[in-house]
Amino acid sequence: MDSSNSADSFNIRDYLRLEMFPHFLCPGCGHGIAMRALLWAVYELDIDKDKIAIVSGIGCSGRIGAYVDANTFHTTHGRPLAYATGLALARPDLHVIVITGDGDSLAIGGNHLIHACRRNLNMTCMMLNNEVYGMTGGQASPTTSETRYTTTSQSGSIEPVFDACALASAAGASFVGREVTVHTPNLKDLLRDALDHNGFSFVEVLSDCTEVFGRKNNLGESPEMILSQKSKMRPSSYGSANGNIVDEPFRPTTLPTGILTHKERAEYGDTYRAHVEKISGSVKNG
Amino acid sequence: MQSKDTHKDIQGNHACALGAIAAGCKFFAGYPITPSSEIAERMSVELPKNEGTFIQMEDEIASMGAVVGASMGGIKSMTATSGPGFSLKQENLGYASGAEIPCVVVNVMRGGPSTGMPTRPAQGDIMQARWGTHGDHEIIVLTPDSVPEIFSETIRAFNLTEELRVPVIVLYDEVLGHLVETVEMPKEGSLDLKTRKFAQSPAEDFLPYKETDDMVPEFPRPGDGYRTHTTGLTHQENGFPTQDPKQVDRMIKRMSGKMDMHKDVYESWEALECDDADIVICAIGISARAARGALKSLRAQGQKVGLFRPITLWPFPEDALKAATKSAKTVLVPELNAGQMILEVERHCDASTNVVGLNRIDGEHIEPAEIEEKIKELVK
Repeated sequence: MDSSNSADSFNIRDYLRLEMFPHFLCPGCGHGIAMRALLWAVYELDIDKDKIAIVSGIGCSGRIGAYVDANTFHTTHGRPLAYATGLALARPDLHVIVITGDGDSLAIGGNHLIHACRRNLNMTCMMLNNEVYGMTGGQASPTTSETRYTTTSQSGSIEPVFDACALASAAGASFVGREVTVHTPNLKDLLRDALDHNGFSFVEVLSDCTEVFGRKNNLGESPEMILSQKSKMRPSSYGSANGNIVDEPFRPTTLPTGILTHKERAEYGDTYRAHVEKISGSVKNG
Repeated sequence: MQSKDTHKDIQGNHACALGAIAAGCKFFAGYPITPSSEIAERMSVELPKNEGTFIQMEDEIASMGAVVGASMGGIKSMTATSGPGFSLKQENLGYASGAEIPCVVVNVMRGGPSTGMPTRPAQGDIMQARWGTHGDHEIIVLTPDSVPEIFSETIRAFNLTEELRVPVIVLYDEVLGHLVETVEMPKEGSLDLKTRKFAQSPAEDFLPYKETDDMVPEFPRPGDGYRTHTTGLTHQENGFPTQDPKQVDRMIKRMSGKMDMHKDVYESWEALECDDADIVICAIGISARAARGALKSLRAQGQKVGLFRPITLWPFPEDALKAATKSAKTVLVPELNAGQMILEVERHCDASTNVVGLNRIDGEHIEPAEIEEKIKELVK
């Protein structure tokens, strides 16, 4: 891309509100790596900071927007996609990025996620999946693996797990991908492609919560946790031939990564504006 | 001279939609619900013709979120709903109040509780409109009593929300929503329309919630270079979260102080023949319409009856009520609920004033004859 920046001169400090540091995330939390990858992708695409709108919900994921030097909106629990829909329609000149978590987008905000996928309005949704409600003290979420201990599944979780990417693909999302934080350059590339996609793009980042999830499940420190995530991943080329992922909405024990769904569909804002033009034309013609 | 262009025979809900368009509304997000759906339907027709965006969202919560989101982008936005939907909107309405994001929410009241009576009128959301969302928050509620007034109050709702950065609720009942009356359309350019004060000062050291003289902070439009943070958490003048007791106290008091300071901007009421009245009827919306009929009939019979009608219901026009009921021995409060506004009236009237309710909770509106009969009983 002509306007893109070269990878070696990326300085994350150019994209941060340094006065906000030290940040409040726990030691070992993977969210910071995801944020780095996101800002690196923003840098490579040379997106103007004034034109970036980060919309986040509630939870640990919701808080990281405040550290980014952009227009940042920390909204209500589960609703960032609803706010972002209004913002993106009202201001198509903005680059809207939603940062959400597994509880925020798959539990309380599940309805907004499937309809955002269906609508295909231009925005990128980065879901930080750490399998747990960290902010509130480690309760089970829709992505908590079966048998894991949390403060609301003290003898092991018995609920099936959502596969967020399968859900997003099934609901019609035109760009779906997954990556682990340990593959930071791959995550950056995935997010860059998502940001560059005209339509709704959904990226699941497997983050790690060492403090309230790892500790309770004896998963070790952050390095052990992210390496164990890595060992369960397989590249998307191992997936089905058409690049689309399994029909099963529940998560398999090993997960494909990379771009899982990529299809061209009409972007909602473009469709709306073309529709308005058509209507106005027919009104004028009488 | 009346013509079809200048005078339209329309129902209240369409008057609301046309008022919003006249006020410069450019974004509407909604969800189908009786008896307010005609507002969304009309907006879906009008907005595309007026450089605006209409979207039907997946639920009531999402439509409120989208409206706040569009307004965060600097656009005048509105949603409309009824009782159960209004309940669902409360959390994001609280966000708009706490983060001071302008927006207009219309609630066409129907019978409750719960699903209640979707097609029957009620005035059961008087308290929900004021206290529906949690915490100490500021909100303005307007209660028109005719189709032309739904049109003009919807315009005023946009002006107030833009000028003061407080969410504004337009609250009326099913009867007014579906009543057809003649509305005079304003001449183009004749309306005094307000737009929020967009930040103009240098982006360097800009404070999005700065305590200015008028207590209404400047609005930093995304894309204008301010790159500010907006949150529903209690925040400092720089917009970032804080739990520092002093800062939190200051933020909440600045928002309530803003409302105290600008009473003259938003207060509105009608006092009809109250000066010599022994009995003052205090009513809003369709109940005020009935009261007007009763008043006319009783005055003709020599009874000294007056009417006090809050047009801005919340914050309650307490000084005006006190003035209007100065000579009254009795205040009658007819309302389509089990007794909500009467609590506020009792609070502001002298202890010696006899405050009496007249309530219907059966899905029927109050007839003028019922009010007349009640007053005759009271003066016996």
